[in-house]
Amino acid sequence: MTDNLYTGLAWLPPPPRDFAAACKALGSMPAVGPVSHALANHALDLNQLTRLGRAILRATAEGQMLAPLEPFRLGLIGNGTLEFLIPVLVATAARYGVAIECIHADYGQITQEALDPSSRINAAKPDAVLLAIDFRGLPLQFIAGDAAAERADVDCAVAEINTIRESIRLHSGAVVILQTVPPPPESLFGSFDRRVPGTQARLIDRLNHAITDSVADTNDLVLDVAHLAATVGLGTWHSPALWNMAKLPFDDSCLPIYADHVMRLIAASRGRSRKCLILDLDNTVWGGVIGDDGLEGIKIAQGDATGEAHLAVQQLALTLRSRGIVLAVSSKNTDEVARAPFREHPEMLLKEEHFAVFQANWNDKATNIKAIAEELSLGLDAMVFLDDNPVERALVRQVLPQVAVPELPEDPAWYARTLAAAGYFESIAFSAEDRGRADMYQSNARRVALQHQAGDLDAYLASLEMEILFAPFDRTGRARIAQLINKSNQFNLTTRRYSEAEVAAAEVESDVFTLQVRLIDRFGDNGMISVVICRPNGSLVWAIDTWLMSCRVLGRRVEQMALREIILHARESGVQMLIGTYHPTEKNALVRDHYHKLGFKNLEQRPDGTTVWSLVTAKEIAAAPMKVRRSGFDAMTV
Amino acid sequence: MDVIYAGLKQIFHEVFDDDTLVITPELTAADVAEWDSLSHIRLMLAVERSFKIRFSAAQTASLHNVGQLAELIRAKTAAK
Repeated sequence: MTDNLYTGLAWLPPPPRDFAAACKALGSMPAVGPVSHALANHALDLNQLTRLGRAILRATAEGQMLAPLEPFRLGLIGNGTLEFLIPVLVATAARYGVAIECIHADYGQITQEALDPSSRINAAKPDAVLLAIDFRGLPLQFIAGDAAAERADVDCAVAEINTIRESIRLHSGAVVILQTVPPPPESLFGSFDRRVPGTQARLIDRLNHAITDSVADTNDLVLDVAHLAATVGLGTWHSPALWNMAKLPFDDSCLPIYADHVMRLIAASRGRSRKCLILDLDNTVWGGVIGDDGLEGIKIAQGDATGEAHLAVQQLALTLRSRGIVLAVSSKNTDEVARAPFREHPEMLLKEEHFAVFQANWNDKATNIKAIAEELSLGLDAMVFLDDNPVERALVRQVLPQVAVPELPEDPAWYARTLAAAGYFESIAFSAEDRGRADMYQSNARRVALQHQAGDLDAYLASLEMEILFAPFDRTGRARIAQLINKSNQFNLTTRRYSEAEVAAAEVESDVFTLQVRLIDRFGDNGMISVVICRPNGSLVWAIDTWLMSCRVLGRRVEQMALREIILHARESGVQMLIGTYHPTEKNALVRDHYHKLGFKNLEQRPDGTTVWSLVTAKEIAAAPMKVRRSGFDAMTV
Repeated sequence: MDVIYAGLKQIFHEVFDDDTLVITPELTAADVAEWDSLSHIRLMLAVERSFKIRFSAAQTASLHNVGQLAELIRAKTAAK
């Protein structure tokens, strides 16, 4: 993970298994643009990017349109081989919603292309020209110990670059994208290089300052390749073998991340950067689950490794906010419970007033993200959604493909690094207005009403390939059952606590019905996620003593399937009616309407808020899209 | 099929974007339309990565057909 975060584009999900076939079929698709965009949004390696880029180039050559991708014409001039870059740039551009057309100069033809008004690049009138020149392409002499020669070297190199820039601007009107120069890893004296004029380390450092200064007050842009190469590692970046063999300016393993950085800059120049960061809370902004662990239980303190990892996420969010990125929350929680850490936990860096919208409810996240975008009048393509849960990430990607949803590694220590590496908030300017923008959107972390559900959730649930496993309490499940009974607060109808010994006793009481539920989906085994205990009330009635579920699997219709299972066994035992009770606590408002939603009739409403409900077992409950497996029950007739 | 040829088949299909290419020892660049000097470098890079070996420029230049490439891979992987 950490090794290839950058070169492996690890914030993007892995490509689908049928990626090669999908590229092949691209030309015959009715919507080449959106399909290219979707395919490009994966962690593609050099070969995969080349394959997709060529497929896009073929489709356009055959007259296919790439709408809604925005057309952009880019000239490429450099002192290395640029042909490898072209299909990679074409595919990467699709990731950024851009249909790029590349015009490249022949190898080594830098000044000729720039100075000749009728050169291929000038004649094409590109939107921008990328000047990909490294230290081998500039007139640098590197005379160690000679300060005047160092100044002359820098001046001469900048003058040459300026001549090229001026000519391109004059002949084509294009914006020029200059590159900073990555220094080679070889040193002359070692650390002493920094103190000796004319060494590569020192001279290139000064040159990069001069290049950056030269674009002030112009429309031209700087691509900080020096920083990218340092991030990847200069030893990895510079490949002497590839330079000698093919004049590749840097190692081929760096092409995907280089192209991504080129496109970030171009997309930013077209106003296509993301503007809003939406944060999940539990296990993203803090460690643990606030609804279950409480204020004392969540991890968000200095001195605790997990706590510091989540503090780093908060720190990054705050830093982004200070440069104008709008923050919002989308959390599956009760509103009051979710706000408590922001109000009461002393170690929290983020406060309620930092958020423009605060959506803590039990709806699906796609619906909430849509509501946030509408409330802020920002497009979905301006949104980034950070969530530790792979199921939530997949849901949002599927229902709202415009939203950027970074993949996250298991260890929260890498969350902030991964989010930053994705470069969603690339920007080409920073104004006073930007500094104040987040405040402008502020309205005390308001909530917005949800209009209607976003997208097709049923199709998503079906795509999860869920398998639900029912079994009575047994010795193997005992410890986990007791843990769930004693820890679950939110989805818990009665919040009755039982010791492990009491759970063991229930295993053998013949008239007590017990149910443990596991759920498996294509992301893996969620483990035991629900527990039900029914006790007889006469021979025809079962009272539901305990019904609880892990909030991880909320919105998957697990409760509906559990009810089907209870009814099945109730009928087996000749039971005609189920009685359910809801005991309100500080934390279980989530399930206040649980029985109502499942079709129970309200029997009683007590002054303390307790409600009692009934359902005849003759009632048919619809099945949800999942496979059912049973074990451990006596042979059933059904 | 020999592991080296099985690996080469996959790499050739990937690099030349053509799943119908039949990989024989006699195959040369002249037989594949897409096989120009640039895709030759992509091919060598893909082979290096896949077999976890490194070629020198001299070795790359000395190859005349797929059979010689396979032999070079065999020698390099055996030496490891």
